[in-house]
Amino acid sequence: MQRPTASFRQHGLKVWRTIEGGFDTAFGSALNPLRHLGAIGFLAFWLLAASGVVLFIFFDTSVAGAWRSIEELSRLPLGLGRLLRGLHRYAADVLVLAMGLHLLREWLHGHERGFRRFHWLTGVPLIGFVFVGAIGGFWINWDELGQFSAIASLEWFDALPMMAAPLARNFLAVEAVSDRLFSLFVFVHIGVPLLLLFGLWFHIQRVTRAAVMPPRALALGLLATLAVLALAWPVTSHAPAALARVPGELRLDWILLFLHPLTYATSPAFVWVLVGGGTLLLFALPFLPQPARAAVAVVDAANCNGCRRCFADCPYAAITMVPHPNQRIGRTLAQVDPDLCAGCGICAGACPSSTPFRSAAQLVTGIDMPQLTVSALRRQLQQALAASPSARPLVVFGCDHGARCSNLGGADVSPFSLLCTGQLPPSFVEYALRDGAAGVLVAACSEGGCEFRLGERWTAERLAGQREPHLRASVARERLELVFAGPGDEAQLLAGLERLRRRVIPLEPDADLPARLHHA
Amino acid sequence: MPDTAKIRPARPLGAGAWIGQVLLYGLFALAIGVFSQWPPYRHLGEDQALIKLSFSRVGKPVGDCRTLSAAELAKLPPNMRAPTVCPRERSPVTVEVDLNGTTVLKRIAPPTGLSKDGASAVYERLVVPAGEHLITVRLSDDVRARDQAYRHESTVKLVPGQVLVIDFDAGKGGITLQ
Repeated sequence: MQRPTASFRQHGLKVWRTIEGGFDTAFGSALNPLRHLGAIGFLAFWLLAASGVVLFIFFDTSVAGAWRSIEELSRLPLGLGRLLRGLHRYAADVLVLAMGLHLLREWLHGHERGFRRFHWLTGVPLIGFVFVGAIGGFWINWDELGQFSAIASLEWFDALPMMAAPLARNFLAVEAVSDRLFSLFVFVHIGVPLLLLFGLWFHIQRVTRAAVMPPRALALGLLATLAVLALAWPVTSHAPAALARVPGELRLDWILLFLHPLTYATSPAFVWVLVGGGTLLLFALPFLPQPARAAVAVVDAANCNGCRRCFADCPYAAITMVPHPNQRIGRTLAQVDPDLCAGCGICAGACPSSTPFRSAAQLVTGIDMPQLTVSALRRQLQQALAASPSARPLVVFGCDHGARCSNLGGADVSPFSLLCTGQLPPSFVEYALRDGAAGVLVAACSEGGCEFRLGERWTAERLAGQREPHLRASVARERLELVFAGPGDEAQLLAGLERLRRRVIPLEPDADLPARLHHA
Repeated sequence: MPDTAKIRPARPLGAGAWIGQVLLYGLFALAIGVFSQWPPYRHLGEDQALIKLSFSRVGKPVGDCRTLSAAELAKLPPNMRAPTVCPRERSPVTVEVDLNGTTVLKRIAPPTGLSKDGASAVYERLVVPAGEHLITVRLSDDVRARDQAYRHESTVKLVPGQVLVIDFDAGKGGITLQ
């Protein structure tokens, strides 16, 4: 019986994919913002840092001068001050939204567990850093909103039993607030984001080619949107802080400050339980019962020549190069860290010894996946082509995580679902054609939608001859169809198959190719 | 860096897709713009004021000091022969606030510290209707005394949104309202 959380997650994922599909229609899959949430978060952080540095130049860190200096900044000519201030505030909102959606997306995809546990666990504390840094930003303006936020924050902290003296006493009277307090404010608003940057480095350090900036077109689109918003809907200050009065109506930033009204509407203890419980739950998720991990890549020292292609292509930095046990000077060997290995097989697809043209009866490659070895794939391909009732069969190499290819229609179709399309050594395309296939369809996930981050990219580049190992130029490209179809995109897969079928039917069997390799 | 455009030429976006993008960017901006300022939030009602009762005070010792006898002093090392010993523990501070003759708040603040020799601190908020109020504050910081050591009574007129702070300042004679 399925656990309720699993069912909830599956339904959520279905809804998410529907929304993602809608965004694909408008943006195209490569620029779909829902596939670049982490990178959008980074963009917001860079924007905050850049605008914050300029703002800090104009900022007067004193009780009397803080509010005035920000007001003067807002009056800079050409709307520059408004632009700066608006970008700074709205980028913080974007950061929180992108972070929340990123968290949701990763959870829906089950990315809190297995080899991704490290990324999840290092990501959870960042939520706290983001909110602390953002809330501290309201304090340094020292207007009525800053006053309300500072007092609300400290009254919330005072609910903790460890506080000997109430922190909120620091805001009882005007005399209690001194310029030195701004040192604390600056630490909260600048020091904590620096900690956030350090935490972000941890968060992505086990990821190869981490995206710390969205694709250029998307980044420009977001920047333009925020700039227009900043100018059209400027961020303005409230009246200067006055501790003898409770601020009246506040234009509250609900995205960043929602905890304050929630605290007063319920109780500080309730919000502590909510925040603490939520944090504990997020930390506990990776340790809940979960499916068994996929088998990890295995290196065969006798067949590994230390070429480093698997090292370069691994999306999760699970491979390191170590001295080869044969002790020849300069020779290295790939070594897999089982804790980091995703079991995607991209390394097997990158290995030059994974070519099916090798004559050995038992094909052993330098690095391989125990659950679907290159040798087994070659054997299955041979058997499928030999058993095909069609004289001109079509071979489909798909992905377990992409559009389902196993039940593709047509007696002339021989489908193979791989751990990831990146597992496919390009030479298999040529091998299939030489072994009697009329055409080969390779189905990768939609751009940016690969379960293992880089599989669809490496596949496309290898087939285009732009990445090693590459598909030989002599292979007739009209016999190859590359489709990008994620889960649920079976119609796209079928359309690609139909295109290939129509293209290869009129073609004569390739005269340059020898007769079938094994079963002519 | 390989030119990915050559590998998979981007499908040209139709007019509908461009309109969709503009709409989605616009919706995104609208959502951020709206929820970063709206709906307005009011911490207090328009006719309410706030009384903050807050102080940090070290209570009196829980017991009397005692003079040591000559025999007791003789047992001590020469450098520790103080003639009197006092208990470290401090009294909890009790405070009561009456508003217009009705007790609205009573707190007993224990002394802080592992040896209970630190200050007792209180921070409480009372949301009250704006207007004139008779406020009576009683504070006791000595468990040995039967009566409240400090008492303050005054009539205050609170305007909407005003914060009245009830504090304790021994230098100003005890309980203060500001």
